[in-house]
Amino acid sequence: MSNSSHPLSELMITACAEAWRDAGEIMVTGIGPIPRIAAGLAKHTFSPAIQITDGEAWYTSEPLPLGQSHQQPVYEGPANYDRVFSTLWSGKRHAMVTPVQIDRYGQANISVIGDHKKPRTAMLGVRGFPGNSICHPNSFFFPKHNKRVFVEGEVDFVCMAGYNPDRYPRGQMPKGLDLRLIVTELCVLDFGGTHHSIRIRSLHPGVTFDEVQDNTGFPVTCPSAPIPTTCMPTPEQLAIISQLDPEEKRKRS
Amino acid sequence: MINKVMTVDEIIAELSDGMSIGLGGWATRRKPMALVRAIARSSLKDLTVIAGYGGPDVGLLAATGKIRKLIFSFVTLDHIPLDPHYRAAREKGAFQVWEVDEGMFHWGLRAAAMKLPFLPTRVGIGTDVINQPGFKMITSPYQDEEELVAMPPITPDVALIHAHRSDDRGNILNLSVDPIFDELLVRASERSYVTVEKIVSTAALDMKTNSRFNLVERALITGVAEVPFGAHPTSGSPDYEIDLDHLRLYSKSASSAEQWDDYKSNFINVDEASYLSAVGGPSKVSSLPKPIY
Repeated sequence: MSNSSHPLSELMITACAEAWRDAGEIMVTGIGPIPRIAAGLAKHTFSPAIQITDGEAWYTSEPLPLGQSHQQPVYEGPANYDRVFSTLWSGKRHAMVTPVQIDRYGQANISVIGDHKKPRTAMLGVRGFPGNSICHPNSFFFPKHNKRVFVEGEVDFVCMAGYNPDRYPRGQMPKGLDLRLIVTELCVLDFGGTHHSIRIRSLHPGVTFDEVQDNTGFPVTCPSAPIPTTCMPTPEQLAIISQLDPEEKRKRS
Repeated sequence: MINKVMTVDEIIAELSDGMSIGLGGWATRRKPMALVRAIARSSLKDLTVIAGYGGPDVGLLAATGKIRKLIFSFVTLDHIPLDPHYRAAREKGAFQVWEVDEGMFHWGLRAAAMKLPFLPTRVGIGTDVINQPGFKMITSPYQDEEELVAMPPITPDVALIHAHRSDDRGNILNLSVDPIFDELLVRASERSYVTVEKIVSTAALDMKTNSRFNLVERALITGVAEVPFGAHPTSGSPDYEIDLDHLRLYSKSASSAEQWDDYKSNFINVDEASYLSAVGGPSKVSSLPKPIY
C-alpha cells in the first residue's frame, strides 16, 4: 500500500465504521485513534443512536474530537466502570480493538508473547477481553497486516475467545460470541467462511488476494465471486473525519 | 469516641511479610500511592499484590521486589500504554501471576464480600484464563445445564485505598465521578486502610448532601490517614489531575539501573513531605491540567 495515492487512514476509518452500520441503540467503544474516529463517523452518519463515551466516565451527545478540544461536551450520563460491565454483560455493546495477535479462530492476545510464566514480552494483561469476547459483538482493526499479527497456530495466550470448538465444554460456543469485521491496512475480512473461518470481504485498492494470503499465517477463505474493492470515503465522510481528528492523529497510528 | 486516625507509618506497621494486599483505584486514577511508596521503602517482602486494575502501584512494587504473586487483569499507565517496570519484572519471571478478566476480578471481590464459595460466570470460557490453576467449572442446576466458571472469592488480608475526605471515625467520601470497585475491595478484605486528602469533622462531610459519595459504612474501615496528594502521580480528581510528566519520568527511570537509583532516592526513599516538594509542591500538583483522552 506504500505507493498508493489514496489516503489509507481515511479508507480504513470508513471501513471500520461499517462495523456499526445498523447497530441500533448500543454502547460503542472504538479503542485507539482509528476505531475511535470510525465510531464517531458511524454516529454522525448511519448510526446516530449509538452511545459513545469520552474515554473516561461519561456518555457524550456528540463524539469528542481527538486531541485538545475547546468545545464543552454535552454529557448524557455516567459510563462509570461498574456500568460498563453491566452493559457489556447484557450484550448491548460492540467494541473494536487492536490485539497484538489474532489466529484463525478469531482468538486474540494482548497479554504476553511467549510463555505465560516467564514471557518473552509482557504486554497489558488480559484486561476485559475474555468477557467482551463472549458477551457482545467485537470487531478488529490492525494497522499492520503480517504473520506476526495473523499467527499460524493459536495465539500465545488466548485473551479473547474465538470460534475454536476445542476450547468449549461439549464443543458448545457461548451464545454471545459474535466476531464481526477485521479491518487491516490491506483488506476487510469477516468470519463468514465455513465454521466461521476468516474470509475476505473486500480488498483495498491495488491489493491482491495473494498479498493478503502471503501476509496471513493461516488460509484465508476466498469467495468464488470477484472480490469487491473496499469503498473509498465520500467527501462527506472525509469532512466528518477531519472534524473528528483535526490534529490528524489518524496518520500516526 | 472512636478514633481511627493513623499515620502512613502506623498503617505500614500493621502489614507483615507474606500478606495479601489489595490496592484500589484504576491504573492512573486514585491509586493509594503514598502507601505504595511506603511499602516500597519498607522491609516488607513476599507480598501477594491484588491489583485488578494495575498502574504505577504495581510497577513500583515490582521494581522494588516486593511481589511474590500478582493477582491482576492488567497493568498500564493508560496514556503510556505499558509500564516498563512491570514488564521488566514480569519478563524476568520475578513473581507468579493469576491473571483474570476485569469483570472476573470484581466478581471475585463480590463473592468474598458475600462470603460465598464462588459466583458463576461465563467470563473466562474459551480463553487461557481458566487454564490457570485455581478455576473450576460448574454445571447450571437448572434446565439449561450450562457449563459455567465458578469464580472463587478474592479475599485480601488488607485493602489499601485512597479517597478524598474522611472524619476521624472512618466515614469516607470518594468524590470521583467513578468510584471504580474500591467499595467491593473493602468489603472483600479483612481490614481496610484509607488515605484521604483531608480529614474533617463529621458535620463537615455534609453527608446528607454527599451520601452518594460515601463509599462504604465506617464499620469496614480500620484506619484513616490524612495524606494530601496521596494518589500522586495518579489522579485525585476532582482535587487534582494525573501528573503525566511525572509518569513519563517514572517510566523513563526503568531505562537504566542508575536512573532507577536516582528515581528511588528522589521519590521513594523520602518521606511524604519531601516527595511532595520533589514533585513540585501543592500548588503545582493542584493545577495539573485535565488529561486528554
